[in-house]
Amino acid sequence: MRTTDRGRGDPMTLDAPGDGGARYWLLGFNPAAKLIAALVLAVGLVPAVDAVTGGVVLAAVLPLVLFSGADRRTLLVLGVPFLFMGLSSGLVNLLYGEAGPLGALGAAVRLLAIALPGILAAVSSDPTETADSLVQRLRIPERPAMGVLAALRLIPLLAGQWRTITLARRARGLEAGHNPVAMTALFFGRLFALLVRSIRTGTLLATAMDARAFGTGPRSHARTSRWRPADTLLVAACPVLLAAAYAVSAGLGTLTLLFG
Amino acid sequence: MAATDRAARASGGPGARVELEGWGWKHSGRDEYALRGVDLSVEPGERVLLLGASGAGKSTLLHSLAGLTGPDSAISGEQEGVLLVDGEPATRRRGRVGLVSQDPETQLVMARAGDDVAFGPENLGVERDEVWRRVDAALGEVAFPYGRDHSTGALSGGEKQRLVIAGTLAMRPRLLLLDEPTANLDPAGAELIRGVLARLLAATEATLVLVEHRVAEVVDLVDRVVVVEPGGGVIADGAPRAVFAEHGRALAGQGVWVPGGEPDPGLAPAPGGPVLIEAVDCLVRTPPDLGMRAAPARTVLSGVRAAVAAGTATALTGPNGAGKSTLLTLLAGLARPRAGAVLPRGPLAEADARPLARWPARRLARHIGTVFQHAEDQFVTATVRDELRFAPLRAGMGRAETDAWVDELLERLRLARLADAHPFTLSGGEKRRLSVATALSSGPAHAPDALVLDEPTFGQDTRTWAELVELLGDLRAQGRAIVMATHDALLLRHLADTRLRVADGRVTPVERPDGVERPDGGTR
Repeated sequence: MRTTDRGRGDPMTLDAPGDGGARYWLLGFNPAAKLIAALVLAVGLVPAVDAVTGGVVLAAVLPLVLFSGADRRTLLVLGVPFLFMGLSSGLVNLLYGEAGPLGALGAAVRLLAIALPGILAAVSSDPTETADSLVQRLRIPERPAMGVLAALRLIPLLAGQWRTITLARRARGLEAGHNPVAMTALFFGRLFALLVRSIRTGTLLATAMDARAFGTGPRSHARTSRWRPADTLLVAACPVLLAAAYAVSAGLGTLTLLFG
Repeated sequence: MAATDRAARASGGPGARVELEGWGWKHSGRDEYALRGVDLSVEPGERVLLLGASGAGKSTLLHSLAGLTGPDSAISGEQEGVLLVDGEPATRRRGRVGLVSQDPETQLVMARAGDDVAFGPENLGVERDEVWRRVDAALGEVAFPYGRDHSTGALSGGEKQRLVIAGTLAMRPRLLLLDEPTANLDPAGAELIRGVLARLLAATEATLVLVEHRVAEVVDLVDRVVVVEPGGGVIADGAPRAVFAEHGRALAGQGVWVPGGEPDPGLAPAPGGPVLIEAVDCLVRTPPDLGMRAAPARTVLSGVRAAVAAGTATALTGPNGAGKSTLLTLLAGLARPRAGAVLPRGPLAEADARPLARWPARRLARHIGTVFQHAEDQFVTATVRDELRFAPLRAGMGRAETDAWVDELLERLRLARLADAHPFTLSGGEKRRLSVATALSSGPAHAPDALVLDEPTFGQDTRTWAELVELLGDLRAQGRAIVMATHDALLLRHLADTRLRVADGRVTPVERPDGVERPDGGTR
């Protein structure tokens, strides 16, 4: 249903996922499949607090980063905070935990193993495809799904408005300098101004959507969200991976359960 | 099948008939009617230009025709009388009337051009293959230059508005409502949209109701002009020539932009003066964008040299997105260039010789006043009076003296009756006057040396336009520097002494300042 008339890498064109080589392999899966897979792995890892169980999952998922189509900047922006969270949770456990260095390592690895599949699912899914997939495959109601999708389009607009509001405060002679109280007051003033602007913008967009018959009855779908055998395989692979991870850890005698 | 029924009924045919009888509308929370006692009937296929002074409820009428107003609708309020489209209340026909509003930015829903055009037909339950047939047809009708997968975020304003029109056409409306579709566009974008509309109207049988301030440019597209009065009904109705001949003078007096009735303010000549602000080799790049699909940073302005002189009005022109607003924030000392500097010169350098971007905000506000494109952005208090008291009190003026000065300002800008209103509740024109007033409010002795304005005349009717231009003319006569970014040809003709064209990252002086700028950027 869609023509892709330009090559990947042209920033003006938003390509359909699923074409463009191995680097974009993950983009070919149905977003719903990726979300379910990430959810299964995350929930499956909650009971195990040792480093080995999480480590096996992490080791299996980490190579997929290469096929997520994410560039270095995206990986840095998203990866560094999580790496930092993993390390700090490990450090806190090391300093104050009762499980010793091994338990601390387990906490760090577990957090990363739970977070990474979700990050990959988000990074490798186009917002429009995701909304289509949630509506058509997971039967999520149309109104919130399309509403959130439309709101996503406003984020860059909001960033621009925030910059303008900041400049406007300086134009009125408002500047906090080094006073933390003034800084806080000024920040909330700007936040309020942004809120007012974003409500206005949101209302205008909602009106425009209504003018285009949004919510007048059942919608048809211009794009099909396809569920391929590969999607089923991806979801099925997750319990297998979890079982393998638990088996390895139990075999090595390192398996530690949360309520064990 | 409800869905196929809706799809079938939205599949075109001759234009819709519009009937209003004693119709009125009051926004919720307001005491006064926006419009009242409107009697109007529009025959199928008629092309109507709807005129009225600023605040006359023209947009409200269009929204009501689109079925968007009502107790449970997007715009809430109280309705009286009858409003029928093809014999049915408009609210029951929502989605079968096409509406195009001013700002394309808040009318695009999807990330890809084709998906956006498909959004309306999808909502009508149109079957998939037919959706894409309509998408391709509609993109062709507006001569959209890119493919279906083109990012809607990477379009210029004129291209975005073309896409919005395509999204409306794909729904095959029999009544087309256009609410100032070119208001937010630069001259080139506006010209493009008018071309699309002219071709479209020649091809379709749909009924058209158009609201447009720039009457001269659209009068050839319509065969009837209807004028409404704020809080009232229809005060003139007929063929364009007849309406303008009979009511032209009265309409101009009410602020309507009538061909040949443009305001002609008598301004004192520009005294000229020394250079106050100079930009030296400025380089600006876009700020890092948010999101996965963020475009890489690009250069907005490079090697920019510009000078602003006292007693002179300097105008920045050029296409939207070329960096006019960015250059204004540099010249106003609000933002710091990546390379180069904006320096105070002459009398302004006596206050502080450092680059303007390093001045403390308080000092900057006393010497350079800035008026933003969206006036709301710069309001920092809860009432109009406090907004005006803000600057003088901070500048150290006494309380009694401040109140006397603020009262005078309120009178002069006709804001006295709104002194205790919240700035956000004012009309567009009133907000603009207030934002200019706040930039000047430091007091007669302390008014800023330079006033920097972004699209100061946007959305003004002839009366508020003339008041604003006369005020700027007075300031110039007092020896202050005026810097403004504008597309307004009339403003350029009356006020601009020096013109700088901002395009392709460069700033170049326009050689013949009295030439009128063509949409393609040249002068004639």
